Amino acid sequence: MSRRPAPQVAAVAAEPLTLGARQRRPLTLRRVGSAAVPYLLVAPVVIAIAAVLGYPLYKLVTLSFQRYGLPELIQRKGEWVGLDNFRSVLGDEVFWDTLVRTIVFTAVNVALTMVLGLLLALLLVRLSTPVRVLLTTGLVLAWSMPVVVAVQVWIWMTNFQNGILNYTLTTLGVGDYFQHDWYATTFSKLAMVTLLIVWGALPFVVLSLYAGLSQVPRELLEAASIDGASSWRVFRDVTYPVLKPILYILTSLSIIWDFGVFTQAYLLIGASQVNVDNYLMGVYVFIEGYGHSDFGRGAAISVLWLLIVALLSVFYVRKMVRMEETA
Amino acid sequence: MSTASLERPGGARRRRRRVLKRRAWDLLGIALFVVLVFPVYWMVTTAFKPDDEINSAEPTWFSLSPTLQHFRDAIARPYFWDIVQNSLIVVLVAVGASMVLAFLAAVALAKYRFTGQKVFVVLMLGILMLPTVGLVIPLYVVLARFHLTNALTGVIITYMTFTLPFAVYMLRGFILGVPKELEESAMVDGSSRLGAFVRILLPLVAPGLVATSLFAFITAWNEYVFASVLLTDQSNHTITVWLSYFYGTSRNTDWGGLMAASTLTAIPVVVFFLIVQRRIAFGLTSGAVKG
Repeated sequence: MSRRPAPQVAAVAAEPLTLGARQRRPLTLRRVGSAAVPYLLVAPVVIAIAAVLGYPLYKLVTLSFQRYGLPELIQRKGEWVGLDNFRSVLGDEVFWDTLVRTIVFTAVNVALTMVLGLLLALLLVRLSTPVRVLLTTGLVLAWSMPVVVAVQVWIWMTNFQNGILNYTLTTLGVGDYFQHDWYATTFSKLAMVTLLIVWGALPFVVLSLYAGLSQVPRELLEAASIDGASSWRVFRDVTYPVLKPILYILTSLSIIWDFGVFTQAYLLIGASQVNVDNYLMGVYVFIEGYGHSDFGRGAAISVLWLLIVALLSVFYVRKMVRMEETA
Repeated sequence: MSTASLERPGGARRRRRRVLKRRAWDLLGIALFVVLVFPVYWMVTTAFKPDDEINSAEPTWFSLSPTLQHFRDAIARPYFWDIVQNSLIVVLVAVGASMVLAFLAAVALAKYRFTGQKVFVVLMLGILMLPTVGLVIPLYVVLARFHLTNALTGVIITYMTFTLPFAVYMLRGFILGVPKELEESAMVDGSSRLGAFVRILLPLVAPGLVATSLFAFITAWNEYVFASVLLTDQSNHTITVWLSYFYGTSRNTDWGGLMAASTLTAIPVVVFFLIVQRRIAFGLTSGAVKG
């Protein structure tokens, strides 16, 4: 093989190798080699993901068709039971109750996050610079808190004995919350989880929306207010159209995340307190599959759950890919 | 605001009203700042408060007699240094390996066109959306087969893989941000593609590489689900698992110790996050906002 001058090699490699070009030029060993470069570069990632993510995912699906408990784990061989696991799960009231509870929980969390997030972002625009910097810094600080740490702080703040929440509510005259137990009912348990999740999710939403608001043309806002348009009309006709794509993305991300929530619910409610009355899907999958060592049935629940999440993700992924193509 | 009030003459009054309005917004902004930051503040102050102030019915908003005792207690707990070491080993090895692999793939995505490219990007984004709990069971079963449960290796492999998609996606963005002309001019000057790559691209992408690594560090350091399932022995725990077991019963909890331990866990994350937040945290919405 003859040595080509370097610039020419570079040109071949730099040009995108389209199908048409490949047919027109003679197929040399070097050209085949350079066409293989991107695949070689991607290969390690693909192999790692296939081994550590793909294979378990495949395993999950096969497990869901097997009886697989501790004895089978030791023997490393499950017994094929067909659709038994799925039949058992879908015939279980707990599954449907949990699904409905998770959907309601997700709806409430996403709605709160998005509405409060939008209001906060709109507020940020109206603040004087020092206060805006202060609030933005506070948001970033709250955002940076690790979930497991935030859970511990929540446990302490909502503690029935000396928790600051009970003290504050009582002192402000909201009611008598002396030694009030926030973890007494399912509703209040999930309300505390909601509070924690919304607090943790707000910074990302607010700062993303605030970045989006900076795209709204200033002249348009001024013109609208000089024309005497109401704040609501300015928002609806000028601000909202600009924010729409980012709102769409943030809402779909929030839905995916809140539907898949585990750590906050599991740790805040407490391992000893989670049960069929307060399961969210993530906790349900974890307890039924891992906690009860009934891996086959747990896998069936996982498969159903992941399918729903995958379905929800389609909207997000499609939008991201489309935006990239137009960008 | 009605139209009439805007058109009425008397600019001074209008201006005063606008100033008042801004003051009101500012006040609301400060109130919200207090509410949002309060949990962080309460964690740190509790960690420094003496026990009698923590356990009194009347809260101490700002302690005048701070103590380091709770931090000493937290560090003196069994396995503390083992756990810090575990977390550091797991996170550093996983992130290091992940960055090398992710960078190679990111170069391929940014600098080449190849069949299956779009599928690859969609796959990365899709994986990013999978809730990890759903994969705990099969991963446990698979790793148990290779005797990698209750060993840091299993967690390292897992973290490496789960930080890949975001890292690939982010790094691709950083590489795409490097002007093509720079590289091309280097190649015209006679450097090989690899030479141009090392001399031009790498230094320009370095800040992005650092930012992505720090973000991966945060993700891995914060991870709880896999670590809690895969690492059973107490001496093998990572810091988040350690922290989750810190809290005993609801009565007679050592709140000061718990908050000190929480503060210690949060410190590296908060510091790194403040550094990289601006560069990277909006990766998942990039494209929707052109900044």
